[in-house]
Amino acid sequence: MIRSLPSSGLYRWGFRSYVFCYFFFLFAPLLVTCLLAFNDSMFPSLPWKGFTWDWFFSEGPTKIGFFHDQKNLRSLWASLKVAFSVTLLSTLLGTCAAFLFEQEEFRFKNAMYFLMLAPMVIPGVILGISILMCTNTLGLFFEKTVGWDVELLRPGYWLVVLGQVSFISTFVALVVIARLRKFDRTLEEAAMNLGAGRMAAIWFVTLRYLRPALIGSAAVAFLMSFENFNTTLFLVGSESTIPITLYLQVRDGSTPVINAISFVLILTSSVIALANVFIARRET
Amino acid sequence: MHKGGSGRWIFLLFFMPVALWLLLLLVLPHVELLRMSFVSGEFGAGGGVTWDNYLGFFHEPIYWTTFLRTAIYSIAVTLIVLTVSLPIAFYATKIAGAKAQGFLLVLLLLPFWVSELVRVYGWMIILRESGVLSSFMLALGLWKEPVELLYNDAVMIMGLVYTTLLFMIVPVISVLESLDDSLIEAAYDLGAGKLAIWRRIIIPYAMPGIMSGSIVVFMIVFGSYLTPKLMGGKNSLWFTEQIYNQFITYFNWNQGSAFGFLLLLLSSAIIWVALKLTRQKLSDVLK
Repeated sequence: MIRSLPSSGLYRWGFRSYVFCYFFFLFAPLLVTCLLAFNDSMFPSLPWKGFTWDWFFSEGPTKIGFFHDQKNLRSLWASLKVAFSVTLLSTLLGTCAAFLFEQEEFRFKNAMYFLMLAPMVIPGVILGISILMCTNTLGLFFEKTVGWDVELLRPGYWLVVLGQVSFISTFVALVVIARLRKFDRTLEEAAMNLGAGRMAAIWFVTLRYLRPALIGSAAVAFLMSFENFNTTLFLVGSESTIPITLYLQVRDGSTPVINAISFVLILTSSVIALANVFIARRET
Repeated sequence: MHKGGSGRWIFLLFFMPVALWLLLLLVLPHVELLRMSFVSGEFGAGGGVTWDNYLGFFHEPIYWTTFLRTAIYSIAVTLIVLTVSLPIAFYATKIAGAKAQGFLLVLLLLPFWVSELVRVYGWMIILRESGVLSSFMLALGLWKEPVELLYNDAVMIMGLVYTTLLFMIVPVISVLESLDDSLIEAAYDLGAGKLAIWRRIIIPYAMPGIMSGSIVVFMIVFGSYLTPKLMGGKNSLWFTEQIYNQFITYFNWNQGSAFGFLLLLLSSAIIWVALKLTRQKLSDVLK
């Protein structure tokens, strides 16, 4: 039944083969995608026509590799810029929220906490459309009453950032709260007894303790932002992010350059994921 | 903590950003969503208050049947995800050796760091008519001609299961980790069979994790757009697509808002019923 109890060979082998099948199911599409990035064919499919780096480095004209594909490179850059701002803002907001809900007492705390959890169950599409309409109404209002044309309120970079921050901050807050719960507050009190102000105690003691959680949640925030589609779709302006550009290409069919991009994305996110695990292990 | 002069400042330092975030990015947009759903008329006409946008949903069978279809499929996907991931979570926490455990966890999470689009694309190039599986079967001589496996409901459900597995595995693993092995050992020593141990000990103990995973999976599936669109093909008929169409294709924001609000309302109702049926509290589940 479990480690410490005797079990029949059939039970153990049954379980093992199930786990094996599960992992096969989990990794098969990723492996196939990566492999076909190196196939010397105009279509992302078999038969295998030989190994090539063309879908990464070729300059055209028949095959345009990822690193010479201006449209995809521009979207990649747009995604990186968005993810950078989102990571910064949502880590800040999430950390503030964690301190607020773990260390402070105030009226309506519970109600506010539930409100903060709401993005966990609000579909991204809904967040996207409601933020779009709200900013649109505000924009119209400013234009009519004061005659301002507020760039910030039109679909574009900052709207995408705000839309993603609205729910990614919740994930950061939950991770930081979980870590803050294990924190021994007498450490902060000790620092304050020794003459530190509360801010200094938080800065030198609590935030040091929270570091693994902060790094981990920043990494998750970055990837969540980078791969977000549902919310971004409604808020994006002329600079579309990589998931949206890729979506259009996947839908309409394209050369294996998508496989090359996917390969790069899979590789980078695996490296970030493994680094994240490694840092978390070392610090605890 | 003393509430002196500096304590107040620090409280505000934490409170203000969070309050602004919740007010400007969550409360206000949803109030606007609700308001827009009651405004009548074409875009920009600025008519009076009306129920028309909601009535439109019930009058036009395509809308509510799509909604019903999406709801039923989302529940089905949630149940499949649960059955597939329970044994895996159990294996990772209770059966695998301590060393293998860490490795298994990393391996389980790894694919989910990759974008949903990339993962769905992987399935598309495997399953489509000119895809990898077809070529493989033809080469082996098992199939006489290429078969289109994409663009049907079964494949769409598989894709949705594939993209949401993680959201069930993580919460279930975290409750099972805290389940004391000696409970299972005691039941075993007293003669309980495997089925009884699962039914009387493991499932009840894991219930908060199961429900929290189910809620998140259900909401993600219900609100997903990419997977049904790419794997379900032309007749996938997912409700988020209707919302998208109202906004982008017909430019009817009022109708779209009503759909959005209905989606929010009815999916919350389904979650509420599920919580009542399993006798769980939302506050325990969303810890």
